[in-house]
Amino acid sequence: MSGPVLSIRGLRVGIRGRRGVEEIVRGVDLDVASAEKVGVVGESGSGKTLTMLSVLQLLPSPPLAVLGGRVLLDGEDLLTADARRLREVRGGEVAMVYQDPMSSLNPLTRVGRQIVEALRAHGTGDKVARARTREVLGEVGLPHPDRIERAFPHELSGGMLQRVMIAMALATSPKVLVADEPTTALDVTIQQQILELVSRLQASTSMSVVWVTHDLGVVAQLVDRVVVMYAGRVVERAPTHRLFAAPTHPYTAALLASLPGPEIGHRRPLHQIGGTPPDPSRLGAGCPFRARCPYAEQRCAEHEPELEERGAGSFAACWKDPGAWAR
Amino acid sequence: MLLGIVRRMLSMALTLFGVSVVIFVVLRLLPGNAVTASLGVSAGLLTHAQLAALNHFYGVGQPAIEQFFSWLGSTLSGNLGVSLASREPVSTLVGQPLLVTLELAAVAMVLGVLIGVGFGMVGAIRPGRWPDDVGQGVSVVGLAIPSFVIGTGLVTFLSSTFHYFPSSQGYVSFLQDPWLNLQQIFFPALTLSLGIGAAIMRTTRAAVLEVSGLNFTRTARGKGVSTQALVWRHLFLNALVPIVTMSGIQLGYLLGGTVIVEQIFVLPGLGRLLVSSINNRDFPVVQSVTLIFATGFVVVNMLVDVLYTIIDPRTRSR
Repeated sequence: MSGPVLSIRGLRVGIRGRRGVEEIVRGVDLDVASAEKVGVVGESGSGKTLTMLSVLQLLPSPPLAVLGGRVLLDGEDLLTADARRLREVRGGEVAMVYQDPMSSLNPLTRVGRQIVEALRAHGTGDKVARARTREVLGEVGLPHPDRIERAFPHELSGGMLQRVMIAMALATSPKVLVADEPTTALDVTIQQQILELVSRLQASTSMSVVWVTHDLGVVAQLVDRVVVMYAGRVVERAPTHRLFAAPTHPYTAALLASLPGPEIGHRRPLHQIGGTPPDPSRLGAGCPFRARCPYAEQRCAEHEPELEERGAGSFAACWKDPGAWAR
Repeated sequence: MLLGIVRRMLSMALTLFGVSVVIFVVLRLLPGNAVTASLGVSAGLLTHAQLAALNHFYGVGQPAIEQFFSWLGSTLSGNLGVSLASREPVSTLVGQPLLVTLELAAVAMVLGVLIGVGFGMVGAIRPGRWPDDVGQGVSVVGLAIPSFVIGTGLVTFLSSTFHYFPSSQGYVSFLQDPWLNLQQIFFPALTLSLGIGAAIMRTTRAAVLEVSGLNFTRTARGKGVSTQALVWRHLFLNALVPIVTMSGIQLGYLLGGTVIVEQIFVLPGLGRLLVSSINNRDFPVVQSVTLIFATGFVVVNMLVDVLYTIIDPRTRSR
C-alpha cells in the first residue's frame, strides 16, 4: 500500500503575543490517503481550521505562525518548500474551499475571470482556461455557465458562490481538496446540495477530500474517517461508522449525544456539553477536556493522555476505557 | 441612470450658484472698490458728483442685488465681463493663466499620485521594513510642512546654492520652449505634490493593508497566483476606491494651493491673477476666477463618482 497523499506530523501552530507564544494547535497528526474522504470535527477554537490553513501556509501571520511539525505532500515537506514550489502546490495540487463564500471572492472581478486566473496561475493558456472555466461551472451544477462567468460576486447567492468556489478549486484537478466549513454560512437545503455535489464530484476522480466542520451530522453522510479535535489536539480518530456506533472518547460521545435525532414528534431534550472549551493559555498539565468530562478522575488532571489504539481502527486520547464509562 | 445625470447636473449648478453668491457678498464686504483701488487716498478728494460718475463708470454704483444679477445674466450668456483694472475682456485675461494653472495642477497631481501610490504600496506590502519607514517619515514631513514653506525653501536653496531659477527670464509656454517650460513648472509642481503624495500614501497604505487581511486575498493566495498578480489585481484594485477618493479631495485642495505656489514661483497662473485682482478690487475678474476654481472642484467630484462606478460594479446597479 502506498503512503498517504497528505500527511501532517506533529503540527504546532501558535499566536505570538506580548507575553510570548501561545500554542493553539499542539501537535496534530493527520493522514489522508488517495481518494479518501476525511472529516475533521471540533468546536470553534479547537484548531481545526488553523491546522488546515497551515497546509498551504495561509495563516494570517503575524500574529499566527507554524511553530513546528511537518506537512508532507507525497513525502515532500511543504513547510520548507520555497515560494515557487509553494505556489505550484497552492490551488494546483491542494485546493481549498472556504467558510464564507460571500467574502471569499474578489468583489470587483467577474467570477469567471477569477477561475481563469486560478488556471492560468498553473500554466494553462488563456483560451483553454476559459473553456475549462465554463466546463467546470457546468460540472458544479450552475445553470447557464456562460452567464455565471460574467457575473460579479454580489450578483450571485451564497449557494451559487460556494459552487463557484468549488468550481475554482476543482478546475485544476487537485490531488487534495480541503473544504473548511464550506456549508456553515449556507442554509440547510443548500448545505445538502453542496454535500451531494462534492460526493458526486469526488466519486468520479481519485481526489482526496478533507472536510472541516463542527457538525458531526454533516460528516456522517460524506466521509470515510473522522478526526475529532479538542483544544488543539486530536482526541479521537476512527472510521465513520465506528465513531457513530462506538465512540471511544467522552468528548465524541458527548458530541454524538448533542446531535438532534431524526425522530419527529418524539421530542427529547438535546444534550448539551456543559462548560466552555479551555483557554489555550491556561491548559495546564492534564487532559484539556477534564473540566467538562463526566468521567474525569485524579490522573486526568495530572497527565495529558496520548492517542492510543482502541481496536477496529479507532484511536482515542483518554485514560479511561469506554467500558469503564458506565458507572 | 438618466435621472441620476439630471439630478447631478442640477446639484452642480446649485453649488456653483451658491459659490458665486458667497464670493459676491464677501467681495462687497471688503473695504474699498475699484475707484479707491485705482486712485488710492486721492479718492477722498473727489466731489460727490465725480465719485458718482466714477462709480457709474466702473459699474459699482448700483444696488448690490442689481449688480449681482446683471453679472449672473451676462456670465450665463457667456460674457464674463470686462476687467475694471485693465479694461480687457475677462475671457481674454483668463485664458493664458488658466492653461498655466491646469499644467501646474496636472503635473503636481501626476507626481503626487506616483509618490503616494508608490510609497503606499511598498509600505503596505512589506510593513515595518525600511522603505515603509522612509515613506512614513516623508509623509509626516509632507503633511506637516505647509507648501509655502517648502516652496520658499526650494526657491531659496535652488537660486542661492545653484543659481538656478528658471522663472527669471519670465514665463514661457510649453509651445514656445518645452524644456524651459517644464523646468519652470516642475519645482512648483513638486512643492504641491509633496502634500498630495503624503495624503495619498497614507490612504494607499491603510487601504491595501486592510484589503490584505480580507478573505478574498487569502483565496487568491490559496490558488497560487503570483505575488505581482496578487498585489495589483487583488490588493490594489480593491484599495482603489479610497485612493481615488483621496486623490479627488487632494485635487480639490490643489486648486487652492496653486494660488500660493504661483506667487512664490512667479508663475502667471490663475492664482496670481486672483491675488492681484483682489488687490485691485477687480470684481469681475475675481468673480470669474473663483467660479473657474469652483467649476474645477465640482467637475473633479463628478469624475470621482464616475470612476467609482467603473471600479466597483456594486455601485453600478442603481
